[in-house]
Amino acid sequence: MDFIQNTLAVFPALLQAVPVVVQLALGAMAIALVLGLLVALARISSIKILRGIATLYLEVIRGTPLLVQLVYIFFVLPSIGISIEPVPAGILGLGLNYAAYLSEVFRSAILSVEHGQTEAALSLGYTPSKTLWKVVIPQSFVVSMGPIGNYFIAMIKDTALTSVIAVTEILKTANILNSQTFQTTAIYTAAAILYLIISLPLSRVVVVLERKARASG
Amino acid sequence: MADETIIDVRDVHKTFVSDTKPTLGQRLTGKPHVQKRVEVLKGVDLVVHRGETIAILGSSGSGKSTLLRCINKLETIDAGRIYVNGHLIGYEERDGELIAEKASVTAQKRTDIGFVFQHFNLFLNKTALGNVMAPLRDVKKLSAAEARDVALPNLEMVGLGDKIDNYPSKLSGGQKQRVAIARALAMNPSVMLFDEPTSALDPELVGEVLAVIKKIAQQGTTMVIVTHEMQFARDIADRIVVMDQGVIVEEGPPSRIFTAPQHPKTRALLSRSGILPA
Repeated sequence: MDFIQNTLAVFPALLQAVPVVVQLALGAMAIALVLGLLVALARISSIKILRGIATLYLEVIRGTPLLVQLVYIFFVLPSIGISIEPVPAGILGLGLNYAAYLSEVFRSAILSVEHGQTEAALSLGYTPSKTLWKVVIPQSFVVSMGPIGNYFIAMIKDTALTSVIAVTEILKTANILNSQTFQTTAIYTAAAILYLIISLPLSRVVVVLERKARASG
Repeated sequence: MADETIIDVRDVHKTFVSDTKPTLGQRLTGKPHVQKRVEVLKGVDLVVHRGETIAILGSSGSGKSTLLRCINKLETIDAGRIYVNGHLIGYEERDGELIAEKASVTAQKRTDIGFVFQHFNLFLNKTALGNVMAPLRDVKKLSAAEARDVALPNLEMVGLGDKIDNYPSKLSGGQKQRVAIARALAMNPSVMLFDEPTSALDPELVGEVLAVIKKIAQQGTTMVIVTHEMQFARDIADRIVVMDQGVIVEEGPPSRIFTAPQHPKTRALLSRSGILPA
């Protein structure tokens, strides 16, 4: 019973880190959505240099660990005069990383919109760019809803990595508590449960989004 | 006015070149990759006058759909010229030189050409009404209320006044094609092009679509229909155009084409369709 009580006692302290996690996840997701769409468009562009830059970006991000990217932004960039505070650095790192993965979601979603609809739009007098923005992209967003939701949940869990660049999110808060009280089991159990409490309802939301996307398609 | 030219196709050529990349197998075995070139249109001339209904007949691969797709530049021609309502399609003419035009200019010209596809190509994320309203809003820049006022009578006309809120997934093939027709008509084009509009339909749904097309023809709309429905073509067309292997082999009024075809290819086509005795 001591264990349960000790675990519950840790929650109030850990809950104070939740706003930071929300800030990280929302900020990084905003970057990932915008940049991911741009990278996806560059990857299917007819301009070779754009395709090249986007592919290089994708391969560099996917070929290196997120943890290394965060460390690089926080500890290496200052050596060339770019110092970023922990939370903005975390948002930037997570955003740049997830943009690469979301770009692949967007790219396949854009390519999944049947070519006939593109031809129909063109035949009705839509310019190629208007066809993309008014016909193709709105539909690819619907198709992307589920995967985007899943990546969002993954990103919330990956915010824990920002503890190594001095962001006082849930794990860092737990580390600090642990160094003060040494109630290791209770503290990290509480931290794990807190992540679960955040992700479980979100995965229900994703299931609903996916069902809705299927119904309209 | 009766002879006013709407479509003028002059000596149009089109060649399709198959995938230029060698396959993995060809690369591994070092077999030479032969680029496949198929000349689909070999010098086609066609004039369509205002108010005329033209039916293009021909066996598969004769180039009839390609010709239709060239008229609104869904395919780019290799040689020749196409004018719609006096406007050269796809190019600007400067001192006798042809210069490729901007995409926005092509788009502008396409608003004057209605196109109905074999596979309907409705916007799947929009209702029947949404499909008809979308180009009115996005291309013609009408307000929502104005677009609705234009869209509704067109949906009524194709007999779908009671299905306006249905998504394509909740419509039959025939209903989808009628929405597609309403969507093209709502733009008030000078000419309507139909590319095998009933070929993808279950047999029992063909009639409802043909009835709508006939109704539009009777309203005096200029139209060109690529079709395999021989009896329909005979019934509706002012002129029949027969294509074979990239050229027009014969054209004339249905009364003559269907009773006294001159060209052996026309006779072969009609006898295969059971209209002429073999």
